[in-house]
Parts: sequence; structure tokens; C-alpha cells
Amino acid sequence: MPLTREPNLEDPDGLYAAILDAHADLSESESMALNARLVLLLANHIGDEAVVREALALARQSIDAAASR
Amino acid sequence: MSDVRDIRFRHRRSADQDRGAPQHHPIIIVGAGPVGLVAALELARKGHRSILIEKKTNLSDGSRAICWAKRSLEIMDRLALGDVLTGKGVTWQSGKVFFDRRRVFEFDLLPERAQRRPAFVNLQQYYFEHFCIEAAARSDLIELRWQEEVEGFELTEDGPLLRVATPVGHYRLTADWVIAADGARSQIRRSLGLPFQGRVFADQFLICDIKMRMERGAERWFWFDPPFNRGRSALLHKQADDVWRLDFQLDATADREVVTDPDSVGRRVREMLGETVAFSFEWISLYRFQSRRLQRFRHGRVLFAGDAAHQMSPFGARGGNSGIQDVDNLIWKLDLVLRGRAPEALLDSYDFERIHAADENLLNTTRSTDFIAPKSPISRAFRDGVLALAATEPMARRLVNSGRLSVATCYDGSPLNGPDGFATDECPATRPGAAAVDAPLADGWLLDALGSGFVAVCFCREQASARAFQRARGRLEPALPLQNLIVTDPIACARYGAERLPAYYLFRPDQHVAARWRQPEADGVTGALARASGGAPLNA
Repeated sequence: MPLTREPNLEDPDGLYAAILDAHADLSESESMALNARLVLLLANHIGDEAVVREALALARQSIDAAASR
Repeated sequence: MSDVRDIRFRHRRSADQDRGAPQHHPIIIVGAGPVGLVAALELARKGHRSILIEKKTNLSDGSRAICWAKRSLEIMDRLALGDVLTGKGVTWQSGKVFFDRRRVFEFDLLPERAQRRPAFVNLQQYYFEHFCIEAAARSDLIELRWQEEVEGFELTEDGPLLRVATPVGHYRLTADWVIAADGARSQIRRSLGLPFQGRVFADQFLICDIKMRMERGAERWFWFDPPFNRGRSALLHKQADDVWRLDFQLDATADREVVTDPDSVGRRVREMLGETVAFSFEWISLYRFQSRRLQRFRHGRVLFAGDAAHQMSPFGARGGNSGIQDVDNLIWKLDLVLRGRAPEALLDSYDFERIHAADENLLNTTRSTDFIAPKSPISRAFRDGVLALAATEPMARRLVNSGRLSVATCYDGSPLNGPDGFATDECPATRPGAAAVDAPLADGWLLDALGSGFVAVCFCREQASARAFQRARGRLEPALPLQNLIVTDPIACARYGAERLPAYYLFRPDQHVAARWRQPEADGVTGALARASGGAPLNA
């Protein structure tokens, strides 16, 4: 199954806020630590390594695109 | 046993040195470390004479390689040295991993019991060498030349030419075949100007062997970021004679003189093990490592093995073990070539298979090193994240990487592999290319029964199928130069995918699977046997 690129959340604004809330009061390095753990937990949950790799490539692509603008 | 490290091997002037012209020998092995010694012993077992040249006068300085993996022990069993190594060494198979002050992870390496050898035996390299040298002394096919150093090496039209320095002058030798087992700084590699490329790591590690009495199991203990080595790693592991290996990761810029000073090392040891610990030093050494290999391990009639061919980080115990497995792969092929039973091209498969193994080992040790010594803030964030989660989350434990410990490489894609008659994903542990998995038989062990020639084995639970198989083999392929074996023991059948249906395997002399079938046909077996011996005609 390819990476889901269509909207897939019931309450997108709520979840977005929850992600930011999880970072509340964290220093930059603590936020980096939180993001790393989140990636590990979610990657394991997804399980399908092809999907995770596709997401990694997409995320990286959007960074590279921004850098070359 | 008095201390084997005190043994000195004296140089003895060989008759070769008194001749004017270079004397010729069929096989010269350079380097009498574990790899060179095992090569000489394997050759002798198959009836081949070799000269072994070693520049030192003593065994390995310090313990160096200490973890001998199951596959290496199985190889040493064929040399009748498995018992003495296991008996002297310390058997272990489990370990603990700590992060800061907490225990986050435990492992057990041998879920499949009922095998003759354990996952690992820890034994100082000097003992491994000592037992090999004792065995070599019992053979009249091995001549060890101590305190002789290869100072020049070239490939001439007549084959390899070695210039050898001794305490009483120089002499020259020629050979049909040279096995370069002369270590990380191989003179043969340098003389031939062969590139040795890869990655260099800046991290420094301090090895310290201490002798102490400690009531603690022979487990591998690994610490990430412990209070006694903040921000870095440490390892504790037991060896023979109450000697313990301690390994501390240090700052890349730490000064050698300062950190190896016994007072300073002593302070580290007491911080790690407690102020009251009583110990004495056995060996202190500072090391850095590189991950690199030769592009080819075979250069005509020069065959590189062990550290001379590939170097890697020590995490995973893949240096010494992969060297032993290089030799295990090489010698049966060289034997067939020397006896005219296989073309020289069979040795190209040594290149393919052991480069495949080296790449697997380099990949694993490099990944371990990146986990143990993160190179950037983000890689440290992921590493520490894994360790923090591992305390409570099973999902993270599988990601903890303090060294993926050496297991035999499966030679996937090897030109020697024949057909796999099993369904996809059926019993992958014994697919073509894999090393045989041991199992108990009614009267011993499967690996002993396989021996060290080509052997065809029918695994089947039913005596009736066994008899039918035997009749079929007798009718179809009476002339194959192949040992036959029928195995009906339940554990063995389960491990080879023959619980319900019979399975038929062809094993190579190094006990790797060459091919397997559900229903063997004569052409298939004949073809697989020819393929696994380099395409030579049978019964040549």
C-alpha cells in the first residue's frame, strides 16, 4: 500500500494542535528528541517499511526543494 | 598451564636459506595469527604441505580477538580443536544493555537450543593461537618459520616471489600459491600496491584487560552514557583465567600518553566497578578503527584473508570470526584445484562469496558504530530516543545496536548455488548459500555427520521414504562421487523443512547448502554438484 497522500484525519486542526502541545515548554534540543521518538514510534506502528521510506523521501524532497528556491 | 604469553619461538635457519637460488614451495602462508594457522591446519587435514612465515617470536600481544562465534567453533571442530577452545574459554549467550543507570534491554543469542556449540565462547586470542600451534606441531605437513618477515613481494612470470628477512640474513622463496594472512598492515598488500579504501573513524577506544574475582555471570554488559563514562559507551566481558575485557569509548582528541597511563585507567576501572574492587592489569591498549576492504581478495595465485583483506570496527566480533570463515571458504576450493578436481576459476567464487560476507560485516559493524558513537546531534537524538523508549517499549529494543554479533554469512547469489526446490519463503534458514544448521542425531551431531566433502542428505521422518530415496539414488546416479546420508531425527528434520515432506540437500565441503529439492532428479543433482565445484567434469 503506498503512502496515503489524501487527507486521512477526522480532526486535522485538533491533531495539529496536539502535536504542538506535545512540544510545549520544550527547548529546541528537547523538541528534537521528542520528534525523534515520535518518528520511531510511528514508523514501528506503520510497519510497512516501503511506506516509511516513501514518507522519508517525500519529507526530504520538500526540504531540498525549499533549499534550492 | 604456565603463562602461554611467556613462550618464545626461536628462529631456526631453514635449509632454504643456504641455497643460492630461491627455493620453491607449493603453498606459503604469510602470518601465523588465527587466520594463517587455521589455513595451515585445514590444508594439512586435506593432505597439503605448507610453509607458514611469521615475523614475531611470541603469541598475540594482549587478548585482541576474544569472542569466537558458533560458526567458528564448528569450523574448529573439524580440526578437532572445538573441545579444547570451548573447554578453556568462557561460554556465554546472553547480555544486558544499560542506558545511564538503567537496564534497558537483555538478549539471548541462541533461541534454537540443541546445537553442539554455544552462540559464543570468549577466549583470548593468544590461547586460540596457542592451541592451533600445538596442533600444527603434531603435523609434519606444517612448517612454521618464526622471526621471518616478508619484506618484499612481487608477482613474476614464474609466480609469487617473496624476499624474506631473518635474524641471520635474507633469502628468497617462490610459491605456486600464497595465502596473505599478514594482518591489517599486510606487507603483501602494500608490496602489490593494492588500494585499501573505506571509512576512517576518529573515535578512540581504550581496551583494558584486568584480572579480578567477580561473582557475575559471563554476560556481555554494554553501557550507553554511563555515569562513569559520561556521553560515551563502555563494555564489560569475561574471558578465561578470571580476565575481564573492559572497553571505554574516549574522546576523539584524548591524548594517548594520558589516557593509557595505568593510574588514569585505574581510576576509570574503579569508577566503573566500585572503589573497593581488587584487580591487576593484564593489557592496556588504545585503538581506532577503519572500515575498509580490498576490491578483490584473489589476485591470481595470491589469496588475501582476514584483516589483510578487510578491516572493520570490533562491534559484533566480526574481525576474527570472518577471518576464520574466509579460510573455511578458501581451503576446500584450493584443495579441489590442487588435486585437479576443479578449475582454478573455482577460486573466483572465494572472491565473490567472501566479499559478499565482508560487505555484510562492514555494513553491520558500521551501523553499530554509528549507533554507539553518534556523529551528529540528530543521530544522537535518535539513538538516545531508542534507548529511552527501550526501557518500557518492546518496539525499541530491537533497534538497540551495541553490536550485531557475528553469524555465518549466507552466500546469496553465489555462482556456486544450485536450485532451491522449496517454495518461496519456506525454511529460509537453510536456503542455498546458508551454512548448515547443527542438530542432534541419535548418535552425535549433524555437522559431524556431514563431514567435509560434498554430501547429499535426505531429511525425512519416514523410514519408508528413506528407503525409497536410497533405491532411487542407486538407480539414478550410481556414479556420483558423493556421500549419502539419511537423517530421520525430528529436530534435524524440522530445521531443514522436512517435518511433513522429505527434503533433499546437497552440502559443500564447508557445510554450506549448495542446493535443495523436494524431489531430486539425477540431472539436477549432477548439475548442482558440478556447479558447486566450479563447473568441473565429474570424476575427473
